[in-house]
Amino acid sequence: AAAAAAMAAKRRTDEMRDRVVLGEFGVRNVHTTDFPGNYPGYEDAWDQLRFEEAFRVDVIREEEGALEFDMVGIDAAIANAFRRILLAEVPTMAVEKVFVYNNTSIVQDEILAHRLGLIPIRADPRLFEYRNQGDEEGTEIDTLQFQLKIKCSRNPQAAKESSDPNELYFNHKVYSKHMTWVPLGNQTDLFPDADFRPVHDDILIALLRPGQEIDVLMHCVKGIGKDHAKFSPVATASYRLLPDITLLQPVEDEAAEMLQKCFSPGVIEIQNIKGKKVARVANARLDTFSREVFRHEGLKNLVRLARVRNHFIFSVESTGILPPDVLVSEAIKILMGKCQRFLNELDSVPME
Amino acid sequence: VQADGTDGNCVTFVLHDEDHTLGNSLRYMVMKNPDVEFCGYCITHPSESKINFRIQTRGALPAVEPFRKGLNDLMGVCQHVLNTFEVRLLPEELKG
Repeated sequence: AAAAAAMAAKRRTDEMRDRVVLGEFGVRNVHTTDFPGNYPGYEDAWDQLRFEEAFRVDVIREEEGALEFDMVGIDAAIANAFRRILLAEVPTMAVEKVFVYNNTSIVQDEILAHRLGLIPIRADPRLFEYRNQGDEEGTEIDTLQFQLKIKCSRNPQAAKESSDPNELYFNHKVYSKHMTWVPLGNQTDLFPDADFRPVHDDILIALLRPGQEIDVLMHCVKGIGKDHAKFSPVATASYRLLPDITLLQPVEDEAAEMLQKCFSPGVIEIQNIKGKKVARVANARLDTFSREVFRHEGLKNLVRLARVRNHFIFSVESTGILPPDVLVSEAIKILMGKCQRFLNELDSVPME
Repeated sequence: VQADGTDGNCVTFVLHDEDHTLGNSLRYMVMKNPDVEFCGYCITHPSESKINFRIQTRGALPAVEPFRKGLNDLMGVCQHVLNTFEVRLLPEELKG
């Protein structure tokens, strides 16, 4: 009996250490507690070899602009650091300064400039430098120049009674494909086969009518999302923890059917064992944890909803500037760069 | 980058241009060090981007040591994550 009690106690501490439990009215065990000294009998001091053995990355799905991968064996603090860096600190190129030579459209200058800034530009930011603080002109190593020059005119061949703008006017819709790259200085030599343009050709910038024209010159610089959200390279980057659903008691017949309806489709499957319908957790990963179980009195004590604390399901969607796997690698390198910066400062500044 | 506390064992570092991104992950790595008695960070004011990072060690260990070890450990973690991630991606590229 003592051994059973000891086993139960160990199971409870293990649960406290590795699972975030979702109760009916709140979430328990949220913070990481496995620091040295907290749990007697557990080796919690940092051990790189133990980390390397337990850590793994599984790529689940890799598409054109989206990547879904799992990181297992790492702590929330570091996974969150990667997510924050993906959103705010991976640099990209975006339009920063717009020189308006002529804008007779009904879109105001500043609104037009704002819209141009938000257009993602297909240019590898690693080929460029950051612009220096007070530099107004911009050199060829830190600036990309684009020109947008378009004039709307009336179509003389249109039918008399037509009211379709596509027939009546030429160039009445200004798309991002009308932006052309104007090489600065020796950029034609530096980037001989480069094709700098917006990622998408069909972003509508403005609408014109005959006689209106837009003639602007744009300077793109390298920046980070912390400065302005237009520099963020991801449509979004998020993670969730792996769900862990355990049935505390066997669930049968109607209760099993009700249980299956409480979760997302595919999570619980009903098996036919000796004529009786028994519920089984098939794939907990698909669940979105709507906590529908807690609304049914008979079912809420039969399951334990939890999440595995160190298993992160990342989902990174890129805007098209850089592929998502490159973005994740860059984010990890940026975190390393931050650490290196402080290590260098520590070594250079004499400590009192 | 730094400001001193009382004696060599309890030191508050002021890290400029940093926020929760480095603060929380560094705090986790330093807490994993058994010599550290107290480790925490706070953001002094949300409009200023600097954090106060405090380390107190038990015994006579100077507080700079766990800080340096934490930074090195975090670099090690990142390096390993990068290697594992790139290795995992490789078969995808080889498949075409």
